[in-house]
Amino acid sequence: MIKILKYSFYDLIRSRWTYVYFAFYLLLGIVLLFLNNDLSKAVITLMNVIIILVPLISTVFGVMYYYNSREFTELLLAQPVKRSSIFIGQYLGVALSLSISLVVGLGLPFIFYGIFKSVAIWDFVLLLVTGTFLSLIFTALSFNIALANENRIKGFGYAILLWLFMAVIYDGLFLISLLIFEEYPLDTFSIAATLFNPIDLSRVLILLKLDISALLGYTGALFQKFFGTYFGMLISSAVLVLWVIVPSFFIYRRSRRKDF
Amino acid sequence: MTLHIAIGIALVFSINSNAKTIVVCETCEFPSIREAVEFSAPYDTLEIRKGTYKEFNIRIDKPLTLLGIDYPIIDGAFKGEIVQVVSDHVTIDGLFIINVGTSYTEDFAAVRVSNSEHFLVQNLVLEKLFFGIYIEKSNNGRVYNNKIVGDAEEEYNSGNGIQLWYSNHVEVDKNIVTHVRDGIYLEFSNFCKITNNRSNDNIRYGLHFMFSNDDLYQFNTFENNGAGVAVMFSKQIEMLDNTFKNNWGPASYGILLKEINDSNIRRNRFQNNTTGINIEGSNRVNYEHNDFVGNGWAVKFRGACYTNIFRENNFLFNSFDLAYNSKVNDNLFTQNYWSNYTGYDLNEDGLGDIPYRPVKLFTYVVNRTPEAIILLRSLFVDIIDFSEKVSPVFTPDNLLDEQPKMKRIDHGSD
Amino acid sequence: MVQIEGLHKKFGRNEVLQGIDLEIGRGEIFAILGPNGSGKTTLIKSVLGMVIPNTGSIHVNGHSIKKNHRYRNEIDYLPQIANFPSNLRVNELIRMIKDLRNDPSEKDQELIELFGLKPYLNKKLGTLSGGTKQKVNILLTFMFDSPLLILDEPTTGLDPISLIRLKELLTSEKEKGKTILVTSHIMSFVESVTSKIVYLLEGKIYFKGSIPELKARTKQPDFEHAIASILTLADD
Repeated sequence: MIKILKYSFYDLIRSRWTYVYFAFYLLLGIVLLFLNNDLSKAVITLMNVIIILVPLISTVFGVMYYYNSREFTELLLAQPVKRSSIFIGQYLGVALSLSISLVVGLGLPFIFYGIFKSVAIWDFVLLLVTGTFLSLIFTALSFNIALANENRIKGFGYAILLWLFMAVIYDGLFLISLLIFEEYPLDTFSIAATLFNPIDLSRVLILLKLDISALLGYTGALFQKFFGTYFGMLISSAVLVLWVIVPSFFIYRRSRRKDF
Repeated sequence: MTLHIAIGIALVFSINSNAKTIVVCETCEFPSIREAVEFSAPYDTLEIRKGTYKEFNIRIDKPLTLLGIDYPIIDGAFKGEIVQVVSDHVTIDGLFIINVGTSYTEDFAAVRVSNSEHFLVQNLVLEKLFFGIYIEKSNNGRVYNNKIVGDAEEEYNSGNGIQLWYSNHVEVDKNIVTHVRDGIYLEFSNFCKITNNRSNDNIRYGLHFMFSNDDLYQFNTFENNGAGVAVMFSKQIEMLDNTFKNNWGPASYGILLKEINDSNIRRNRFQNNTTGINIEGSNRVNYEHNDFVGNGWAVKFRGACYTNIFRENNFLFNSFDLAYNSKVNDNLFTQNYWSNYTGYDLNEDGLGDIPYRPVKLFTYVVNRTPEAIILLRSLFVDIIDFSEKVSPVFTPDNLLDEQPKMKRIDHGSD
Repeated sequence: MVQIEGLHKKFGRNEVLQGIDLEIGRGEIFAILGPNGSGKTTLIKSVLGMVIPNTGSIHVNGHSIKKNHRYRNEIDYLPQIANFPSNLRVNELIRMIKDLRNDPSEKDQELIELFGLKPYLNKKLGTLSGGTKQKVNILLTFMFDSPLLILDEPTTGLDPISLIRLKELLTSEKEKGKTILVTSHIMSFVESVTSKIVYLLEGKIYFKGSIPELKARTKQPDFEHAIASILTLADD
């Protein structure tokens, strides 16, 4: 698996798209910092970008990579290599190259700007960590979609739909159900609903750092526990890890049964 | 007022040139403070040497100076009040007072000043207390440089750090108050100056005042108090250069303003509070040059607020800048800096060309369904906020800053 | 070398292989023929483990291929379409395949020489022409000395000289006693490398035997016509 990872990674770090992605983050970092001239403000804007764009790019890139490397995959399949290693290796190759583009692309301008001397350093680190998680999660989801759909148009369609659902529609439904059932205690529901969407989960993880003052304005006991203690951080991080493991496991399972 | 006291003291010394110093120590002629007080003549000084004095109900009924040398300990053994001042011109200085009695019927204090003028309570350290320094019906005094460390856990069986009741022209300066019920409490006390104090980690309010007019609060820091700071039913208040921070919780405020009129709130810093300022029934208050940084809600209006002016404040990275629960607006927001402002300044006059709307639709949603807070900063919420911004339905049409500043305001340069 | 028993494979409702029994002995060379969609590629991919059969079993060298990947060490496979990661260079690809198989073969130099690939070694695979890619493909296949050789349409895109080289290579492999499975639409090529064919039709083995047998049964003098008229066999 490590070998496949290595070669996929090799292939990807030479890919134009990786550089486009990297350059995009580099540019974003520079523009945010030097236009705003304020680290805290840049970090907040960055948060919006990360929880929306990282999933989108990871999904599209994951599907694209999978379809584009089909023949290569077939070449590998004829080699004495375990099937699951091929797919998990490729998946990690894509996810890691995306993560590195993100971390380095954003990290460079921020380091240059002096993030290490700023109080925003932990907010920033948290952003990069969640960004990495989102890359891992959405690449895994996109691989699942691609593995399940031979037709690449369909695959792309589902991938975009998945993103749209997770990034926008889910929250819309979430908010509507909150408004409909406002008579009832809803904090358990809210937290559960958050855990089921990795974008929301990452957002809440960041909120715990950026907006803790506002989050503590609500009286629900579970909210208090979730937001007021390390409990929330712990649960969110654990569930994020699950969000990486479960789709990866599905890649593993599906890849073992699939015909090529 | 300092001058006033100084003249008073000078006067006292000139009249009583025969004032003597009585030494109190464990092996002296007077091993007990109470006996020394009884023995002393007006305007004497009691020099209390290092040691532990197990005494309570020390009643000072003549002008005296109690001066502790190397912080002698007065241990009340939880039996009641420890020092009671009932005479003018009393100075209590440099004592370490511990173990004040707790009662549900009487407000025992470490030091109580009653019906006295020209008192000075300074350099005390108070621990294990019920009430700390209790000033009642006493005017023209000073409470200076004391450190009050309580161990309060519940509201009902704890007392306040520094309490002023029907006392005017009192200065409370450079005190530190922590872990009591209310750090500094004023009721019916006018023309007082509360300056340079630190009040933090108290279980209810860092500062609490009611029915107290014409007071000045300046250079104080209130941090991590159970409910922040509450100011109610008062007028002509000057709140300047204070810091209110880290007051977290659903009923916790940087400041809770209720029925405060004709006052000024300037150059304060509100940082990381669940609510920076909660305003109810307050009119004609000027908010200028304050910084609201990283609060859940920077400012919450709770109705019946008229003719308040917010000018040249910085609103930086608050989850919500403003919550407003009425359809009409009679308050003015102008020339503030809003970090959430996304407009532009084409004519380069330093003011944004399009107005800023500080109230978001999502604020209303959260007001109705508090759990929705978990959706803060989600794309969906941004979308509905944007649509509200484009065509306001819920927010008062004139609730906007017509001249938002493009750059953060530097309060120092004014 | 290869035993296939009762092999069935469905893709959705489409039953591609409907019970294939085939035994290929060591050193035998079989051409798998049949019209488009007859299941040739599926059969080959089943042997390679790329397609997972619904029922039936496949043994290579006595070992079941189910949940096993090591047996592929004994197979060299030439896929139909040669498409490689476009950002890798040719020599990197060669190194990679060697690395994956843990086989430090030296034969690649010889093959590079044979197909004149030297000038392309430092080129990215994405920039190569179809023919050159196919040469790289062939190189990767013949680089190792595995006992079983599977070639899926090996002639695609090759120039005449390379075609001759390929035939020579196959002949020498044959002499080494290797087992070879090949599919092709070019009958002359098939005829020049093997005499045994398996003809698939609608997922079943329709004919299995030598070319002379086929000619005799179809009463056709040449191979191409024999294949063309193979469907008349059913009438017998």
